[in-house]
Amino acid sequence: MSETDRGHHDIGGDAAGPVPREEHALAPWEKEVDAIRFLLGQKGLMPADKLRLGIEQLPAEDYRRLGYYERWLASIAWTMEKDGVIPRGSFAARVAELEAKR
Amino acid sequence: MPHDSPHPDEHDHAPDDPSFASRPAIGARALRELLEEAGVLAPGEVARQVERMDTITPALGARVIARAWVDPAFKAWLLADGSAAVRTFGVDMGATPLHVVENTETVHNMIVCTLCSCYPKPLLGIPPDWYKSVEYRARAVREPRAVLAEFGVRLPEGVAVRVHDSTADLRYLVLPRRPEGTEGWDEARLAQIVSRDCMIGTALPHA
Amino acid sequence: MSPRFAPGAAVRVARERPAVSRGRQHIRTPHYVRGLTGTVAEVVGPFRNPEGLAAGEDGLPMQVLYRVRFPLGAVWDRYGGDPSDTVDVELYEHWLEPAHAA
Repeated sequence: MSETDRGHHDIGGDAAGPVPREEHALAPWEKEVDAIRFLLGQKGLMPADKLRLGIEQLPAEDYRRLGYYERWLASIAWTMEKDGVIPRGSFAARVAELEAKR
Repeated sequence: MPHDSPHPDEHDHAPDDPSFASRPAIGARALRELLEEAGVLAPGEVARQVERMDTITPALGARVIARAWVDPAFKAWLLADGSAAVRTFGVDMGATPLHVVENTETVHNMIVCTLCSCYPKPLLGIPPDWYKSVEYRARAVREPRAVLAEFGVRLPEGVAVRVHDSTADLRYLVLPRRPEGTEGWDEARLAQIVSRDCMIGTALPHA
Repeated sequence: MSPRFAPGAAVRVARERPAVSRGRQHIRTPHYVRGLTGTVAEVVGPFRNPEGLAAGEDGLPMQVLYRVRFPLGAVWDRYGGDPSDTVDVELYEHWLEPAHAA
């Protein structure tokens, strides 16, 4: 099988260290992201496979660097813009706007 | 797989390096606001869903296991049609059928999603961080016994490990063996010894 | 829709992508079973094809999903566990072919 056909998320069998056992309680924003995806799925706007595709399309270095729900956020924002549910560029613009107000 | 620098006008490339990465809470708020403004989400809808999610914990799954331990007919139903059986506990598996796998004298089941983090959330709630980790996803199918040893599980002689890679539409629940020393216990008491990890396959219940 | 394979059937996972999956950005066949032979543990039933759903399509025609069992000793070189250890993987019918006895 050609190695280039393997997504960077397809990691079954890779060498890895001890399983990290420390658990963290989800932050409110993480729960919101989970809830948003669930609701979008219920409304037929974002089945789970679109979430997965968005995550799989992240550059490999982002996949490793970003936290779990950060990947979800990137995937949902990208997909919603790509599908025209929210205007293109609106996510980055809104983030900048909210950051400026902090 | 390398990605070229995206052209500014061409949107259908991979998602860009998100500037929100250092302030993800702002990103979540931006997304919610935009979706509300687009009329996709009603105000308060996300908050209500978060509240619903907060009510689902592994204790719910533990009650299902305890019922299966005391009621052979329920156990048979759970194994034959997991989604239908857990509906009696108010659990809606939605489009992902629940597949329950039974630990026996000769088989120990262990669940992983190597491709992402598929998990029976309507029954057990949010998965633990370790379940989503690169380390667990990579090693559970490669060296399950070594991973089990890290979790403190050593299996008796003659027990095979059966790993389930949750790659598609099913969601999995491990039905652990009822431990010795629990004879005569009622369901509530039995449920207390069923931890979340027992239902993923990385722990064994003890009296 | 009639499943092509019965429980107990020996099946081989496609090494290269099946024709309908070429060019798809999202697949659910993990790399580590590609080209391998396993045994059908269960015929799960028909589901919409996630490769299409991820692309915003309707995922039709549905594909029959199977749980296929592989001995871990056959999946990995120098598997360190028991010869009876296995992995069950959910695979869609279009990724499977009948395996011929060696």
